[in-house]
Amino acid sequence: MPSWLTDIPQLDRTTLVGLRRSLDQAYRSFSREFGDDIEAFFEPLLFFLVWFEKLLVNAPWWAVLIGVCLIVWALTRSWKLIAGVIVAFLLIGFFGMWEDTMRTMAIITVCTLISIVLGVPIGIVMARSNRVQMVMIPILDVMQTMPAFVYLIPVVMLLGIGKVPGVIAVVIYAIPPVIRLTNLGIRLVDKEVLEAADAFGASPWQRLVGVQVPLAMPTIMAGVNQTIMMALAMVVIAAMIGVRGLGQPVLQSITNQYFTQGLLNGLAIVALAIVFDRVSQAYGRRIQKHRRGVIHG
Amino acid sequence: MADPKIRIENLYKVFGPNPERAIGLVRDGISKQDLLDEHGHVLGVRNISLDMPGQSIQVVMGLSGSGKSTLIRHINRLIEPTAGSVIVDGQNVLEMSNKELRDFRRNRASMVFQSFALMPHRTVVQNIAYGLTIQGLDDDEIKRRVARWIERIELAGYEDHYPGHLSGGMQQRVGIGRALATDADILLMDEAFSALDPLIRYDMQSVLLDLQAELKKTIMFITHDLDEALRIGDSIAILRDGEIVQQGDPQSIVLHPVDDYVADFVKDINRGKVIKVGTIMRPPTDEAEGPAVDADTLLEDVARLMANERSGWARVIEASGQVVGVVSTADVMASMVRRANNGGAAKVAQ
Repeated sequence: MPSWLTDIPQLDRTTLVGLRRSLDQAYRSFSREFGDDIEAFFEPLLFFLVWFEKLLVNAPWWAVLIGVCLIVWALTRSWKLIAGVIVAFLLIGFFGMWEDTMRTMAIITVCTLISIVLGVPIGIVMARSNRVQMVMIPILDVMQTMPAFVYLIPVVMLLGIGKVPGVIAVVIYAIPPVIRLTNLGIRLVDKEVLEAADAFGASPWQRLVGVQVPLAMPTIMAGVNQTIMMALAMVVIAAMIGVRGLGQPVLQSITNQYFTQGLLNGLAIVALAIVFDRVSQAYGRRIQKHRRGVIHG
Repeated sequence: MADPKIRIENLYKVFGPNPERAIGLVRDGISKQDLLDEHGHVLGVRNISLDMPGQSIQVVMGLSGSGKSTLIRHINRLIEPTAGSVIVDGQNVLEMSNKELRDFRRNRASMVFQSFALMPHRTVVQNIAYGLTIQGLDDDEIKRRVARWIERIELAGYEDHYPGHLSGGMQQRVGIGRALATDADILLMDEAFSALDPLIRYDMQSVLLDLQAELKKTIMFITHDLDEALRIGDSIAILRDGEIVQQGDPQSIVLHPVDDYVADFVKDINRGKVIKVGTIMRPPTDEAEGPAVDADTLLEDVARLMANERSGWARVIEASGQVVGVVSTADVMASMVRRANNGGAAKVAQ
């Protein structure tokens, strides 16, 4: 029997090692060459992150709580949600996790904003062109299924450990839902309404801003909601490359078998997730005023 | 005669992967079914030529699949034709640049849709204002104009409702308001009333006729309903398989259907509501007495007058009072009932 029938054809060891070594080498020299430039590029982001985190950490706890409540009120107009937020934050503070929670909130907020700012336009472009969609879908699949540790490696090689690589890792992991659902939402907009917009002479921009995006909004908001949830899920992994916040005590608990500390910090992440989730969903419903009320036959 | 407001010339539309190749077959007269079965292309419209004079209602009638909705979308170029031209006010719509086309759609031709196609996220007021927003008018001007239309189409009190909260008839009022608010002088109505139930539909036809008496737009109205076509059309074109089989005023279509297809369409309609007395009158005779009517009176109204006065005759007079013709009860009855075919006559004889 020929050998290729019994054993799977395989590169020999030296070729394989050589391949790995040359690829790593190439990437390393690339990061030596451009690492500083890329770091400089992300400088403003780092500056903003540090500023925002300091703001949340240094402000008195009641000021932060009032600020959060005002935002929740502006977005949802719901007393019940506000009461929930106050209870959750007081409990977090009571169990000594206030500072870590503030750090996590800062990075999640920034990551979500970046995801929306990048993701919605990408989704829109995808919805306008089948070719772009064909290219983007496998890329999004890879981003969502590739283990986060794997793409942490090149990010860390390039930028070292710290906040910026953390943000990049979280955004890569969390951005696919907002892109996918923006694309889907815009593609699902009623063709007849679009035809009406055309018939009245709407320009492509007027069509997009006046009809497509507003009608796709519920779906886009579902995407934003998913993105926030995924960003929160990344907190622990981001902690591995030096992002401070609720992830670090969890990491510490794993290595030291501190069950209660792990549980408490885990619960704090859950509380944050519930708050973000309920607020973004309530906001999504509130901007859909026209869907409420009776429908006549 | 002056140039028509809208002139459609030799218009062809073939849907499919390679319309340029298929159009040769269509010109050679391949049937719609063969084109689909053997070549995988769908025939939209075939060799349509139609002149629409200004300030009148042109009805295009046909069953589903006859190409009527395709035809109307060529006028504002929501659909690009495969061949032919559409000339509005002497200008070929098909040669317009994107910008010219947008201006044409914003200012000169607006549209009303079968499914209303209102913006669900805009209120009644915002929907009516849609065309004006697109035109980029300032808010005060928009508010002023919209207020006028809200009044005119009787939607006062519903300004801030969303379309999803309104009945079908009300939604289509909004659709009409949106179309009229732009002050375009061409109105394209694609089965605008077909989704409404019969009473509301009749109502909306009256609304349209009232508005038209005042506004004198050039309207293309698509329908599959012959009663509707006869009621509102100044002129009617009947479409089958993408071709015009007959065009003319309502009377001529009812009185002289060109083929069995059209005859089949008109067989059940109330002829008394279409045929005018001037069409069937005979030369005046001195002995005829009875009510005086003008030549455009419908037979149904003549019959009612004659019945009221128990008169066997009616006199047709001109504006000057001169008698130009007379009709007898028998003439009116004969014209109001369908000319019987042989089978019908035999049944009467037995």
